[in-house]
Amino acid sequence: MSSIPSLDYLDRLEAEAIHILREVAGQFERPSLLFSGGKDSIVLVHLAKKAFRPGRFPFPLVHIDTGHNFPEVLEFRDQLAAELGEKLIVRSVEATIKKQKLRDGTGKFPSRNPLQTYTLLEVIEEFAFDACIGGARRDEEKARAKERIFSIRDEFGQWDPKRQRPELWNIYNGRIQRGENVRVFPISNWTELDVWRYIQRESIALPNIYFGHSRTCVVLPSGQLLGLSEHLTLDDDDEIVERQVRFRTVGDSTCTAAVESDAVTIDDIIADLLLAKVSERGATRLDDNISEAGMEDRKRNGYF
Amino acid sequence: MDLLRFITCGSVDDGKSTLIGRLLYDSDSVSLDVLAAIENRPAVHGAIDLALLTDGLRAEREQGITIDVAHKYFTTPRRKFIITDAPGHVQYTRNMVTGASNADLAIVLVDARLGVIEQTRRHTLVAALLGIRQFVLAVNKMDLVGNDEAVFDAIVAEYTTVTRQLDVADVVAIPLSALHGDNVVRRSHKLAWYAGPSLLEHLEQIDVTEDVSADEPRFQVQYVIRPQQVDLPDYRGYAGRIQSGVYRKGDKVRVLPSGLETEIEALEVGQQEVDTAVAPQGVIIRLRDNVDVSRGDSIIVASSKPHVTRAFEATLCWMDERTLEPGQKFLLQHHTALVKASVSALLSKTNVETLLRSAAESAHLNDIVRVRIKTAVPLVADAYQKNRATGAFILLDEQTGATLAAGMIDATE
Ligand SMILES: Nc1nc2c(ncn2[C@@H]2O[C@H](COP(=O)(O)OP(=O)(O)O)[C@@H](O)[C@H]2O)c(=O)[nH]1
Repeated sequence: MSSIPSLDYLDRLEAEAIHILREVAGQFERPSLLFSGGKDSIVLVHLAKKAFRPGRFPFPLVHIDTGHNFPEVLEFRDQLAAELGEKLIVRSVEATIKKQKLRDGTGKFPSRNPLQTYTLLEVIEEFAFDACIGGARRDEEKARAKERIFSIRDEFGQWDPKRQRPELWNIYNGRIQRGENVRVFPISNWTELDVWRYIQRESIALPNIYFGHSRTCVVLPSGQLLGLSEHLTLDDDDEIVERQVRFRTVGDSTCTAAVESDAVTIDDIIADLLLAKVSERGATRLDDNISEAGMEDRKRNGYF
Repeated sequence: MDLLRFITCGSVDDGKSTLIGRLLYDSDSVSLDVLAAIENRPAVHGAIDLALLTDGLRAEREQGITIDVAHKYFTTPRRKFIITDAPGHVQYTRNMVTGASNADLAIVLVDARLGVIEQTRRHTLVAALLGIRQFVLAVNKMDLVGNDEAVFDAIVAEYTTVTRQLDVADVVAIPLSALHGDNVVRRSHKLAWYAGPSLLEHLEQIDVTEDVSADEPRFQVQYVIRPQQVDLPDYRGYAGRIQSGVYRKGDKVRVLPSGLETEIEALEVGQQEVDTAVAPQGVIIRLRDNVDVSRGDSIIVASSKPHVTRAFEATLCWMDERTLEPGQKFLLQHHTALVKASVSALLSKTNVETLLRSAAESAHLNDIVRVRIKTAVPLVADAYQKNRATGAFILLDEQTGATLAAGMIDATE
């Protein structure tokens, strides 16, 4: 008789995520997977392959293009979609700004992170998505710690922390009324370290900006480094430097700081992470520092 | 490296937030930017307020209490830990039930000055009811009782009367001070009379490996995979999670509730064919014969004979503002099976403080009641105390979809 496999913690996290993805397939008519091009959504795609191959994915990939993306990430996105042979829907924040006459991000570092919400809600309406799978993790931020795995949003995409359904065992209740939709977070219980260890174990390819490389950066007053791009307006006295850096998240390039790092392999990154004492968001998001309740407000209004 | 999920329960001000904060802080799981944010806030008793590490939402900050279930994570070289923090406030039995449903171990916190109180009983009852077998009695604020062994012993003795009543055998009691960090991560000389492990040492040591081969094999279909591609014209795979036990290629199986018998032709895990798979792995099962199987059906190894029934007794934790009365109709979600159901009778209500049962005509928010349930379609019904995976269900409001109750199957008819 064949031996019984023993499962380690990554196997268990993986099994949980696959179970959640299949629940989405089983419970919803028009699901979608929000694909940012970042490592968390790349891990989701890998998990979807494990959940649904040799079949097709029961959902398209949806990318909300801020127009401030790193070119390396867009290239990676297109190549991945082509390899997968799955449908990729791209909708741009630029178009939403024009259509809804919104005010674009201004100032020196014009973030479009808050504006993504508008495009997201538009695309949900356009395709009548009833479920959107996202790569958010509970360890990212305090308000996320209480987010459900199946999180119900009303017609306006709003999240009400007091009206959340109790989530019992691993029974996921995705029954909704017309106009509502569900955000689903299969890797809720993973930490940044878990994600990296999984990427390592599964040899998952990532955009190269996650690894140490030489880049021209602007030094911010806080000491953080921002990759130089056409979207930034520089002042004469801005300090421009060439540094060995990598990115820990790959959101909007105007508000995603680089960290100095010589880590060129996944092993290096994990070693870095075990030493580093600054959280992912703290290290790299410029716009979350606005207020302690920043994320909570944004989520109430329909953000990822 | 393995995984331990635990829940922390205590009453307001017992020091639960401080304890979790201390575990995270002393195990080096708090990042510098997060620390900087809390260091700007007022100190308590000269120490940084570690409770701030676990307080999330604004409503809570405004009301000054934790109102919902939150999750925290930390990793030591031995183990990844998932902490479910369920609030201690009196009306939130519902949150405690939710948290306990996904936990393997419960830390029950008491204030050394107060000892075992009504809520300690309630928390222990709920955790035991939800199938938690391993308990830690964390006697906190030992510094405020002069680190006195006699105080600790008296509390442990009193708690033993509670656990005995509930048939909970595995209890480890630890005296500690969350505020000062005594016996949380490191053992403290201030409590030298205590010879056992610190809280974290205990959490790292306890055995979490389960012998899945002893469990009845259970599998429920989540989704049918039919690529309908030229290279795979007839492929039909049943995707789902093994809920308990072991499945092997070649196993004779029965599809339930239809009762059709066939054999496992192939077993796939993550695009690879395998000979054996175990709970809680996600697999694809391919069957030898072309039988009719859809989402919600179970594929059970033929030697195992579960009850397949439309009527059973169950314990409900009622979680809604409206009143439950006999005769009401709901949707019942038994993992991937969603069926119409009614609560045909209320049998009794459990007093969560005295742990005694009495007759009941109705149930209200946070009540724990024994009921009789009828379903429109037969279910594969295992008793919850035998099988946590398949003995559990939820009741939903048919119109709004709201989750109204957590249910655990007691006995089948
Ligand atoms: N002296 C002492 N005070 C403590 C201890 N643990 C917590 N406290 C204090 O008890 C109060 C309530 O603690 P908190 O963690 O907010 O309780 P929670 O409501 O259970 O989360 C706070 O003022 C803490 O500083 C302890 O071990 N010793």
